[in-house]
Amino acid sequence: MPSFEVRLPTVVRQHAGNAVTVTGDGDTVGEVFADLVRQYPGLRNYLISDDGTLHRFVNVYVNDEDIRYLGQLDTAVVAGDDVSILPAVAGG
Amino acid sequence: MSRYESVLDLIGNTPLVGIHALSPNPAVRIYAKLEGQNPGGSVKDRIALRMIVQAERDGLLSPGATILEPSSGNTGIGLAMVCRVKGYDLKIVMPENVSIERRQLLEIFGAEVILSPGEEGSNGGIRMAQAIAAEHPEYVFLYQYANAANPQAHYEGTGPEIWRDCPEVDVFVSGLGTTGTLMGVGRYLKERKPGVQIVAVEPPSGEIVQGLRSLDDGYVPPVFDPAVLDGKRIVRLGESIEFTRALVNTCGIFGGISSGAAVAGAVKVARTMESGTIVVLLADGGWKYLSTGAWTDPIDEVVARSSTTIFF
Repeated sequence: MPSFEVRLPTVVRQHAGNAVTVTGDGDTVGEVFADLVRQYPGLRNYLISDDGTLHRFVNVYVNDEDIRYLGQLDTAVVAGDDVSILPAVAGG
Repeated sequence: MSRYESVLDLIGNTPLVGIHALSPNPAVRIYAKLEGQNPGGSVKDRIALRMIVQAERDGLLSPGATILEPSSGNTGIGLAMVCRVKGYDLKIVMPENVSIERRQLLEIFGAEVILSPGEEGSNGGIRMAQAIAAEHPEYVFLYQYANAANPQAHYEGTGPEIWRDCPEVDVFVSGLGTTGTLMGVGRYLKERKPGVQIVAVEPPSGEIVQGLRSLDDGYVPPVFDPAVLDGKRIVRLGESIEFTRALVNTCGIFGGISSGAAVAGAVKVARTMESGTIVVLLADGGWKYLSTGAWTDPIDEVVARSSTTIFF
């Protein structure tokens, strides 16, 4: 299973032992997140909603594309893909 | 005929200009819609006028009224211009760390600027404006993030203009912001041409500027309907500045930094297409960003500065 280094937004690092980047394995974004939550249980509430979908105020990008418009948490990832987590913010 | 009785009549009907030289694929043509041609200098003139006209129709605005709005710049400037013509007072809540030109323009147009803490970013400005609005029910709070007249301005103006000038459009690309542009243009174009793709570009600001104390401080504008979008791409600040420079160097178009981000997004989309036509919206010109050094300083220095200055 490929392994991904994921950079955490500043506001969620405290829930992962203040790690700036964390590493998770998986063939989909959901599997990578499950592996991250296994290592850092405190991350769960910041990545996943109660209904099992992506947290509303989190945007996750695979190679610069928002996974909400790919396959949500089922979006496939292969070795070398870039996985980024960004908080939702407003412009205007 | 180019003769008008009011500056407000100049809002909209912006030109499309080919920037095909920036397309990575000669079979993909890219047209830029130059919203910097609006009289207040940005796409936000459209929603400023439309929100005020709607409030007048709804009986919320009477002579001498005071309007309150959170804005990182362009919406405030558009509102200030319309308020001068129509005789309303305007208070704009703006993060203290936006580029100096925006504050100067607001003051020139007669708005009162209320500064919100820079470390709380644009979300902090929104929170402060909401608190002031709650304390002062006499202020008219247009609130672009939840005001249906915002996407409506684009459904009635920007969308039909693109359809009139470029019916061959396959993909529309624009920055995210309040999402009003994408919602209004997206709905209009999809009614006319169901296969058209609507792609959002998200230019992430520096994390300090976002000012989030927790993810729950995050913000999704109420006018946003995710179903209108077909894709969303992130464009980093470095890429945004590269394309802001490429726009002026290759096409002679002096756009703002978010225009560079939108073009960078359009180029990413073009790489995935065999052929077709992209329309990309350039929200404003570069004038308000000269002090950021975006055209003059090394790109990595400008990017480093983005951790303390709001560029969008």
